[in-house]
Order: sequence, then C-alpha cells, then structure tokens
Amino acid sequence: MGWNPGDDVIEVIRTPPPGAARGVYRAFRETTRGLKTTFGRILEGPVTVQYPEQKTPVYPRFRGRHKLHRFEDSHLEKCVGCSLCAAACPADCIRVVAAENTPENRVSAGERYAAVYEINLSRCIFCGYCEIACPFDAITMGHDYELSDYDRSDLIFTKEMLLAEPLERTPLRTEDE
Amino acid sequence: MTLAVVGYYEPWWIQILKAIVIFAVALGILPMVILYERKLLGRFQARYGPNRVGPFGLLQPLAEIIKLATKEQFRPSTSIGLLFRMAPVISIMTAVGALALVPFGNVQDIFGTPVGLYGIDVSIGPLYLFAFGAVAFYGIMLGGWASGSKYSFLGAMRGAAQLISYEVSQGLALLGVIFTAGTLSLTGIVHAQEGMWYCIPQFFGFLVFLIAGLAETNRTPFDLIEADAELVGGYFTEYGGTGFVAFMFAEYLNMLVLAGIVTAVFFGGWLLPLGIHPPGWVDPFVVLGKMFLFVTFFIWVRATLPRLRYDQLMSFGWKILLPLATLNALVTAVLVVVTH
Repeated sequence: MGWNPGDDVIEVIRTPPPGAARGVYRAFRETTRGLKTTFGRILEGPVTVQYPEQKTPVYPRFRGRHKLHRFEDSHLEKCVGCSLCAAACPADCIRVVAAENTPENRVSAGERYAAVYEINLSRCIFCGYCEIACPFDAITMGHDYELSDYDRSDLIFTKEMLLAEPLERTPLRTEDE
Repeated sequence: MTLAVVGYYEPWWIQILKAIVIFAVALGILPMVILYERKLLGRFQARYGPNRVGPFGLLQPLAEIIKLATKEQFRPSTSIGLLFRMAPVISIMTAVGALALVPFGNVQDIFGTPVGLYGIDVSIGPLYLFAFGAVAFYGIMLGGWASGSKYSFLGAMRGAAQLISYEVSQGLALLGVIFTAGTLSLTGIVHAQEGMWYCIPQFFGFLVFLIAGLAETNRTPFDLIEADAELVGGYFTEYGGTGFVAFMFAEYLNMLVLAGIVTAVFFGGWLLPLGIHPPGWVDPFVVLGKMFLFVTFFIWVRATLPRLRYDQLMSFGWKILLPLATLNALVTAVLVVVTH
C-alpha cells in the first residue's frame, strides 16, 4: 500500500525538460538570480575576522588554558596537593608532588601544599575534569587559547606559570553577542 | 601576392616602439588583473582576498611571480622534452599575437607623425584572431599530450573538443557584425559604430560571442580544460615554475584580448555614447575602462556559476549557441540585403 497524500497536495511543480525553450529561459533566470546573489555578498561586506589583530571573543564557560588560584585575603594557595585532579585527568597530563606546610613556610591553607604542580598542555584535552574534581576550586579552566610553541618542553606549564595572572589576551564575549 | 591589406601609417621604427609599448602595458596590467580577480572573488565570497603582502596585498602577484620563477625546473620522465617546453611558448606567443589586434584608439598625430593606437590594423581582423586562436590550441594540446600524464591528456582532449566547437559559434556570432559594418578591419568596425554600438542591434551575436569567448579563454563555467577539482590542473598539471607562469600569463592575456575584442566589436571601442568626443589621448583609457568592465563581468561569472558537465557543455555549444549564432547571421544578412 502506497502513501496517500490526501487532498492537501494540490499542485505538483515540475521542472521543464532541459533543452526546451522553457528550460533555456529557466537557465537564464537562474543564472541572473545567481549573479544577483553573489553581488549581494559584495554589498554585505566580508565577514572575515582578521585573526592575529582581531580575536574571536570566547564564551564565559570556554575551556582554555588552566589557572591556579590563591585566596584573595591571605594570598595563600588554594591547592592542597591532594592529586584528585591528576587522578581525574583522562589524558594523564597533571603531575602533583605534595609537601607538608610548616609554620615557617606556609604556602597553602591546608595541611599540605603542591610542591610541584605541572600540566603538560601538549597532552591536555581540555575536558575540564580537573576543575570538577578539585574540592577547593583551586584549578579552573581559563580563556586563553593561543597555546602554540616551538618546543614540546615549553608546553609543560609549572605552578608559577599557572598561578601567574594570565596575560588576558582573549576577549570575553558580552551577553548580547 | 598580398595575403591581407594592412593599414600602415608609420615608419618601421615606430611600429617596433608601438609593439614594445603595447606588450609592456599588457605585461604591467596582467599582475593587476590577477590581483583584482582574487580580491574581487574574495568580496563575492564575503571575504577579503589577499591583503597581507604589502599595503592592501598589492605585492601579492610580485611575491608569487618571484616564488614561481625561482622554482626548480624539472619535467616528468614520461614527457617529451622539446614539445613539453614548446607548449607554453606557443600559448604565450599566440596570446601576444592576438593582442596586436585590439584597437586602443584612432590614428593620432604624435609629434607630427600619424600613429595608429593599435598593434596592427589588418583587413582580415577576425580571421587573424581566429587563426591565432586555432594555433593556441596547439599550446594546450601539446602541453597536455607531451606531459605524458593521464590528467594532462584528459584536459587536452576536453580542450580540443571544447575549443573547436565553441570557435564555430564565436565565428558565426561575429558574422552579423561584419555584414552590418561591411568591413573586416577592427578599426573599421569601430568607425561603423558611430551611430549605435553593435551590442544593441546585434544583441544575440554579442551574447553568443561573449559566452563562446568565455569557453575559448577557459574561464568558468567552461573551465573543463583545467577542472582543478577533477583533473588536478588539466593540461598544465605537470608544469611548475616558469612553464606554469607562461600558461597562466597566456590565459589571462587571452581574457584581456577577449575583453578588448568585445569592446571593439560590440561596445564601440574608443567611442563614447551621447556624442561625447574627447581628445585623442583619452581613447586608450576609454578602451581600457571598457575592458575593465568586461574583466569584472568575467570575474563575477566565475564567482557565480559552477562548472558545466561535459555533455552539457557539448549540447549547449552545438544545440543552443550554434543555431542561435546561425539564425542571427541569417537574419542580419536578410535585413542588410533588404535595407540596402
């Protein structure tokens, strides 16, 4: 049993056979329509983003390069060296070596701190699991996406680099964009 | 026995000077045309086109020419050496030869010597043009065949079929103009358009000539000879460096020649409408301006139309253009006989 179109279908538009006079007229008409369309692109102007000079703004939840955070009042590091981020990382790109805080050398708010905190950004897949795993919100994903380098070893970001204020080279998308 | 009457006005040294000037002007215009095409294509596709090399990308053609000219010279081991090297030479020579025909202005009085602002004014204008067009096939055919590569060969085969079938329509489209003007000299045809440009009474001839011209110069939508999506590059697949430059040079020069011939034959050459008669030195700029409009149109068409399928190309050429051109020539002939 075939499909019954019912009474709704009242007109079937058939294209004229190619080569006939109507086909020639149709080809001519469609050609002028095409010319009009391409000319419209000139009037609209280019949509190109001139990249190195202009940057595409990112969304607030864009997952770029990681940042490590300090407490704003005491300037102690939030990271307590628990290695949960390293455990959560599917790409296995985070390396944490913890050390005890002492009264003379107090680095973080907890008992221990991260003596070594390295992220190998050439392995990172920017999934954001480290951010979710962190119990103290010590690590978050930033907005930087210009991460190319000439040497693989330069892409291993140390704790100092991750803690440093990012250069803020990436514009953030405003609400109406 | 003279093969053709040539309207000479000037001594031999002026002719040599003239040839050098026309060649130099064309050589200077070509990089600009290539840059203009790429910029305009970009605009048609809502992007900028080249704008990084030099101010506004103006040095882009120069950079490309330097890059191509300094490339290593090599050829495939299956190619035939002499013919492989001859093909770009033939292409470029025929293109430059056809350029001599484009009339840029009337005979001018320069320092007391009458000088025609064109390469040569032969009494067989269109025949000369088609002769050089026919020899230009050899550039494409030899280039494709001598490369010893299947893609080049396919491109050359397509080229042979396409160019020969569209040349017929192109020639027939010109017949109407020749009947009406009563002369084969291109400057004579321009002079005959004092009252009205031939694009109005010979509208169908103009249309057919323009479309067939697009096919003759391998422009889209008739660029099956190159067809970079299917045939890599068609007949110049195996060419790199200067050989490639020569083919591209010939192709764009052919486009300029086509624009110049259409200007002279259908758009009144150096004549301006509304009875404006500027001084003689303006004539070349009028012709160049009209050529610029046609080049713009060619680029516009390239940005718009996709490439035709091979059988569509053939049936369009033989079933639509050829009857239209024949009908146009017949009707014009009857009208000319009746009115005179």
